[in-house]
Amino acid sequence: MSRDLTGGTPVVNPTLRPSALTSRRRRSALMTALTWAAAALAVLPMAAILIYLVVGGASAFSPAFFTRMPAPAGAPGGGMANAITGTLILIGIAVLIGVPIGLGAGLFSAERSHTRLAKLVRFVAEVLSGLPSIVLGIFVWEIVVRPAGHFSALAGGIALGLLIIPLVTRATEEMVKLVPTELSEAAMALGFSRWRTSILVVLRTATPGIVTAALVAVARAAGETAPLLFTAFGNAYWSIDLRRPIAALPLQIFAYAQSPYDDWRAQAWAGALVLLMLITAMSLLARAVLRSRRALSRGDTNVAPPASSGVR
Amino acid sequence: MTVPSATPQQLATPPSPGTPTRDRPAPSSLPRRRAGDRVYALVTTSCALVVPTLLVLLAIVIARAAWPAASQHAVELVTGTEWDVSRGRYGALPAIIGTVLSSILALALATPLAIGAAIFVTELAPRRVRAPVSFLIDLLAAVPSVVFGLWGLLVLVPFLRTGLFPLLINAFGAVPFLRGPAYGPSLLSAALVLAIMILPYVASVAREVIIAVPQSQREAALALGATRWEMIRDAVLPYARSGLVGGVMLGLGRALGETMAVTMVIGNRHAIPSSLLDPAYTMSALLANEFAEASSDTHLSSLMAVAGLLLLVTLIVNVLARWLVWRVGHDASRRVA
Repeated sequence: MSRDLTGGTPVVNPTLRPSALTSRRRRSALMTALTWAAAALAVLPMAAILIYLVVGGASAFSPAFFTRMPAPAGAPGGGMANAITGTLILIGIAVLIGVPIGLGAGLFSAERSHTRLAKLVRFVAEVLSGLPSIVLGIFVWEIVVRPAGHFSALAGGIALGLLIIPLVTRATEEMVKLVPTELSEAAMALGFSRWRTSILVVLRTATPGIVTAALVAVARAAGETAPLLFTAFGNAYWSIDLRRPIAALPLQIFAYAQSPYDDWRAQAWAGALVLLMLITAMSLLARAVLRSRRALSRGDTNVAPPASSGVR
Repeated sequence: MTVPSATPQQLATPPSPGTPTRDRPAPSSLPRRRAGDRVYALVTTSCALVVPTLLVLLAIVIARAAWPAASQHAVELVTGTEWDVSRGRYGALPAIIGTVLSSILALALATPLAIGAAIFVTELAPRRVRAPVSFLIDLLAAVPSVVFGLWGLLVLVPFLRTGLFPLLINAFGAVPFLRGPAYGPSLLSAALVLAIMILPYVASVAREVIIAVPQSQREAALALGATRWEMIRDAVLPYARSGLVGGVMLGLGRALGETMAVTMVIGNRHAIPSSLLDPAYTMSALLANEFAEASSDTHLSSLMAVAGLLLLVTLIVNVLARWLVWRVGHDASRRVA
């Protein structure tokens, strides 16, 4: 605040006595060193976790981990084929629910950004993304699992879908706002209706950004455990039936981590390693898509949809 | 959306030479185009409405399910210290206290580190160090809760039990809140794991608001003869203060609702901890452990009431946090303008 620099207590000591200056310099150096230490301490846990994941998971991490079913307690070997499949199915349902709704809501709040509803959507989406995910799981239990009378993959997918709606909404809005207004103005001037402008010009230009947003949301959903506890529930056997409980990687890690068997703990480490690799892969893919974005949108302005559909 | 049917005729029709420009769309396509616009507006508006509706529904559904317990023994729920399902006692005070204590402790541990790291990354770090440090901290935010729990349970807790806790007890055994037998799973282990988990969130908000501080602030301080640290302390941090507080609040919201990792390392004991080394419980851990096996309607409804309380508290914290962070951006743009 500018007040701090001019009026009131002088913040910068005006004395230029050499001793005062060196003590101030010394203090500056000390604080700089402290921020170095803070950064080092902040980075340390990530490094520790990565090392343990690799060391702990190495013994169970093999092709069999992806293709075999869990081994019985105490027996070595086995894999998490059911949990990996389950997680992919749950993510699929979540994307089908969360991405279209988030996309629509994001388009709305970008295109009518000054309406009251758009402001509300923006604010609520941010608040929603900070709420505990376990509460979302309980909500879905109450409206889906309880009436149906049983846990199901569908309920788990719905919980994850609701979880990513606010994430996709916010990200879509940001990406759509980056599309130059000239593009849509040009389309409208050529006689495009509003909705075709939005879908063929704005959305197409923003597609890489939106794909990125969806990938980031999916990466988040992939690791969520709490919303699945009372919805997908987990399953020790192979099941891809959407009406039945289904296994998921995070649920399996949770169960195995608390088991007394070394084999199962090794499986949990390997599961965590796979999960983190899945998430990192999606994040890296998201970055790559975003990086190609500039080139792509430049291409789009040259060969803009109006011209191409005119030729057709 | 009915993209294909309307596509070809409507816009690809080349205008006949004599037609004036304003008539260019064929007359028959005008109503159709209006219909298309209406459908588009309807679809996006309904999607937008889903977002606030979801929050309202969430609150209503949980409040309704919690009503039986809340209307019958609300006082016992928030003040009772005994949670014994078989005897029909539902006092959630230990869980409430555990949630509050673990979150505040985590915040106390994470805040200086997060803000220090944010200052380092934005103001002091050499260019070559900046990117990898930012990357590792961001990566921390991507690690799923259950992985933190796994690491906490199998690495951190054993280390605390055999390494740190005996040391602490020997050195500070006389201090009441550091007394103990060293079980391992404890309030302190939960706070440590939580601190690691919220650190990236606080750091990333802090980084954003520090970057938002106008360069002129820094230049003015340096021109007056401030050292680097004096510039940060007197020109940068005060300007970013409300955003920093907002970031810390966001971290608090996360910590309060965090479930899996805490469930795995806190020890899950229904008692008010008297020492940092005691096992404890949190509201979210209580839900994670008991909800799927709720044995009676009263049990279920009491758990719903705990969920409702958790929702209410995190809602308030999040709204406040967003408002504080939003204010910095707002102030900054206004002042620059």
